[in-house]
Amino acid sequence: MAEMAAPFAPARRGAAGIVAPLAALLLVSSALWLFQGLGEGNRGFILALRAIKLGGMMTVAAAVGVSTILFQTVAGNRVLTPSIMGFDSLYALLQTAMVASLGAAGFAGIASLPKFLAEVGIMCLLATVLFGTLLGRGSRDIGRTILTGIIFGVMFRSARDLLSRLIDPNEFAVVQAATVVNFARTDASLLPLAATLCAICVALAMVMAPRLDVLALGRDGAINLGLRFRRLVIATLGLVAVLVSVSTALVGPMSLFGPAAFFGLIVAGIAHGLARSYRHAVLLPVAALIAANILVLGQMIFERILGQQTAMGVVIEFAGGLFFLFLLLKGRIR
Amino acid sequence: MIELDGVCHDIGSTRILSDISAEIPRGHLTALIGPNGAGKSTLLRLIGRLESVQRGRIEIDGLDVAQTPSATLARRMAVLGQQTAISSRLRLSELVGFGRWPHHHGRPRDIDRAAVETALQVFGLSPLADRFLDEVSGGQAQRAYLAMTFAQDTDWLLLDEPLNNLDMSHARGLMARLSDLVRRAGKSVLVVVHEVNYAAAWADHIVAMKQGRIVAEGAPRDVLKDGTLSMLYDTPVAVTQHEGRPLVLHHY
Repeated sequence: MAEMAAPFAPARRGAAGIVAPLAALLLVSSALWLFQGLGEGNRGFILALRAIKLGGMMTVAAAVGVSTILFQTVAGNRVLTPSIMGFDSLYALLQTAMVASLGAAGFAGIASLPKFLAEVGIMCLLATVLFGTLLGRGSRDIGRTILTGIIFGVMFRSARDLLSRLIDPNEFAVVQAATVVNFARTDASLLPLAATLCAICVALAMVMAPRLDVLALGRDGAINLGLRFRRLVIATLGLVAVLVSVSTALVGPMSLFGPAAFFGLIVAGIAHGLARSYRHAVLLPVAALIAANILVLGQMIFERILGQQTAMGVVIEFAGGLFFLFLLLKGRIR
Repeated sequence: MIELDGVCHDIGSTRILSDISAEIPRGHLTALIGPNGAGKSTLLRLIGRLESVQRGRIEIDGLDVAQTPSATLARRMAVLGQQTAISSRLRLSELVGFGRWPHHHGRPRDIDRAAVETALQVFGLSPLADRFLDEVSGGQAQRAYLAMTFAQDTDWLLLDEPLNNLDMSHARGLMARLSDLVRRAGKSVLVVVHEVNYAAAWADHIVAMKQGRIVAEGAPRDVLKDGTLSMLYDTPVAVTQHEGRPLVLHHY
């Protein structure tokens, strides 16, 4: 009976139980990342380099983890991620179009801050137009929205493929470098801005967390309980758009060419499996922490043990995928 | 009182409701009956602002459902549509807990927890409170949704085919509970029912719909007649009496 008197209590206990060890693990792995094999000479230089990469990874991790959970809540579906909706293809198309129109030299000549802002702006704008028109008309038909998104994704990808066949091979190499996720590319001058934008979005998502719990009941349930459904859906998708754009513009698309296509999916799946709670106040930080742990540990294995011999995505997929399967088979993910 | 004035509704180019004007009285258990595709669910969903009103006006206790903030309406009426899957993995107690959301907006107090416990008890779910929604039967899940609606503690309850998935004993129990809410707690209930005998046995007021129009309304003994029902359902129906209430024979 005591259990029933406080129906929210079990979830809360579980929450503290999982956030703390994940945070501790992240502290340890971050420290390892920063200080392992530092050597004698040029310590300051190497540390600064590593810190920037670490910052990039944290920003991307928070963005991927939080945006995937948010997106899945809106879609009412645990298999969809923003990258399936064509976000990443859109970014790649944008890069290719820029190289095609400006030429390789012109592309390299754009200052990083205006380029970053323009990319984030355009991505957000296009995402808003895409979702706005789709949700404006049939806001109750999430399934159709998503299907349309997938078709747009394929369209962006095809348009990009077409463009990359038309441009000259040297320019294509530039595009390819710009569209493969690379934490080494993290631009120190952009990091503070990207991290701040990301932190604001995560904070907003946390403020919305109780309403997101209700949103997860589906449209009818949410409206019955007095939620302004459409406004909340659009606000949530807006956050997703900003988060994905920021992280993509910072380091490149997580999921386009590398096998890391399922990074968001793996992170969200593991978060649901470990958090064992429906509460977004728990799910969101857990997802961000899991993503950060996977990225930092994966990057460490990739750089320091495998000597950059393989793609980062392979490491992520291998370790993350195995853990995902383990949780799936144990019945902790449904 | 729910007032409908000239309500029309189209889905695509199909007319679902044509020019519905009616009053659904307060303090009654009102049953909405009619054949498949009559527009019963659509009407209930329009009143419960799950669909937006296209033409006409719907007021519930003087509040226009198209104008009143949704959060205000959530404390006046609880609406339960036919179920769709929920993506969150919820325990029954957590689902029922959501019924209190309009009252606490994310910060449950003791009074909310007590209401959840009562709702679980009323619907015989206390032993299942910690089970997950996907680990109980369809009927138990249906009772959990009803308990959530009950926990919302509103003047009006709008239920779309709440008897779905319920066995005899729980179906009768639910109708008795609704009737009790009307008589003892002064609530008003609007319920879409498929099996007319539940309407015959428990309702105070019946609204019969066919092809998007209201074809009859009134007390059960006035609406539930051989001719009216045969016309309504396009099948021969006989009505007899049992313990002073109409008994509809339609199954042989």
